[in-house]
Amino acid sequence: MAANTAQAKTQFGYRRHPDQERSGANVAEHPVVVVGAGPVGLSLAIDLAQRGQRVVLLDDADRIGEGSRAICFSKRSLEFWDRLGVGDRMVEKGVVWSVGKIFHGASQLYQFNLLPEEGHKRPAFINLQQFYAEAYLVDRVEQLPEIDLRWRNKVIALESRNDGVALTIATPEGSYQVHALFVVACDGARSSLRQMVGAEFAGQVFEDQFLIADVKMTAAFPTERWFWFDPPFHAGRSALLHKQPDDIWRIDLQLNPDADPIAEKQPENVRPRIERMLGHDKFEFEWISLYKFQCRRMARFIHGRVIFAGDSAHQVSPFGARGANSGLEDAENLAWKLDRVLRQLSPETLLESYHIERSAAADENIRESTRSTDFMAPVTKQEARLRQAVLSLAEDTEFGKRMVNGGRLSVPSVYDTPLSSGDRDDWRGGPRPGTSMLDAPVTEPGGGSGYLTDAFIRQGTRFTLLTFGNGADVDVPEGVGSIRVGGAGGLVDAQGLAGQRYDAEPGTAYLLRPDGYVAARFRNAARPILDAALARAAGLN
Amino acid sequence: MALSTSSNFAKPDDAFRAIVEAHRGLTDAQSADLDAALVLVLANHIGDLDVLREAIALAKRRTLDASQQQQQQQQ
Repeated sequence: MAANTAQAKTQFGYRRHPDQERSGANVAEHPVVVVGAGPVGLSLAIDLAQRGQRVVLLDDADRIGEGSRAICFSKRSLEFWDRLGVGDRMVEKGVVWSVGKIFHGASQLYQFNLLPEEGHKRPAFINLQQFYAEAYLVDRVEQLPEIDLRWRNKVIALESRNDGVALTIATPEGSYQVHALFVVACDGARSSLRQMVGAEFAGQVFEDQFLIADVKMTAAFPTERWFWFDPPFHAGRSALLHKQPDDIWRIDLQLNPDADPIAEKQPENVRPRIERMLGHDKFEFEWISLYKFQCRRMARFIHGRVIFAGDSAHQVSPFGARGANSGLEDAENLAWKLDRVLRQLSPETLLESYHIERSAAADENIRESTRSTDFMAPVTKQEARLRQAVLSLAEDTEFGKRMVNGGRLSVPSVYDTPLSSGDRDDWRGGPRPGTSMLDAPVTEPGGGSGYLTDAFIRQGTRFTLLTFGNGADVDVPEGVGSIRVGGAGGLVDAQGLAGQRYDAEPGTAYLLRPDGYVAARFRNAARPILDAALARAAGLN
Repeated sequence: MALSTSSNFAKPDDAFRAIVEAHRGLTDAQSADLDAALVLVLANHIGDLDVLREAIALAKRRTLDASQQQQQQQQ
């Protein structure tokens, strides 16, 4: 099963670091150590580095993991990766999709479009093997001298101190110590750092088993997400089909709870199932994996100066693409806050908002993915009966279609957060405080076309005031970026979509956080209320 | 809107009868299937989660009361 990774470097060497010569009172001091070079750890390190922070990034392996694993990356994740300078590469390689179809038996029940409107830079989703995403992120890391990526460096002990964390790190040449002001644990679902801080990781275990097979074949299926309930080729269970780059197709089959995992994984046993599904045998296996899953999260994402992000902090079922995408949202949420705290621009309590916002997002992701899983694998007889009733009602009613749950796909969470300033003015629409910024096409006064998300990046991905129309000139506070739509010298909203999406009137202003979330919005952004909203969003009051 | 428990049908017997007759000739399993679909159709028609939750609470209380009475009779 040779993965087709010709263009991407996946093997990396261990290199001795001068820190390893130091011991006792002389151990190296670092502002941030990120543990785990998966998509979350890599993205967090890049974000911090772009903000000027030096980051030590440790990984216990010396290669990018095999198998495609996470494959669906959301619009929100792509917008984050644009900010990190890797979005184009991901989208060029990835398979773009926005339509999902749900089948029951042999017939289609309905289809949905996750991004039915035009005028967004990024699509609803791309499918891309996780190893490609990681390889592109590693390439970006290598362009940033602020990041010191150390392969085959495994954290084996952790001691929390008042002013930081002491880590003991094992390498092929023995162990050494470093001291960090902050440690971010991005070391995955089986996080060893989580065990080292003694945190529980409780939740719901699902008994059903799922078989993932990535097969290589040329096929004319459209690039859509296809989900089946009770398909003719896999009676009584569910199935999912996704296209990936390089003519690889992800097939996900629900198995019986009592299926023998060792036997089910054997290619000779998987092959007949896939043949029944595809109606032919012209495919090769790239990767086969069998899994059960749990939905769970840590009670607290912050333990002293050790902060957890991604799968180490929360785990969901895979239906809904809420695993890797929520981990990336964690990284983006944390990076700017940690940067401000390290620069002493904001108090350490700002980090508490990371826990508040992202643990609420984890709850939402767990709730959504648990509902999907329960729908696919009903627990009681009556639950199965209700599920069956929904599926049959879906054939001829709109409400039935909407109740069919074959996975509710990841969208950015809306935060109920102390960093937001509540609306004081009247709004008929637009993103309320706590909501991720909306994209829209805009053109430069000179004629170059682009998007609001591009303009945000050009402003340096910092606190930014987005203003509309020919309102009175806003006195933008020091250090705050400014995007002007309309008016003399402003971006041109030729299609009117920016104005529409933000419910804009002349003078309307949105204060965006460095992670692109709306902190506050005003019909008239007078300085005192703007300053107050800014202070609040920075955790200063 | 709160759950209405006053009598809403001009002819309540006709409504009860309509439901009963829908179940005539069905096995228990078929009846359960019918009820499941009927509940979903009616719930959507109501279209108000608070009312639905109240209705569930009322129905559930009746079921629990009934099973408690049964237990007491057995004792």
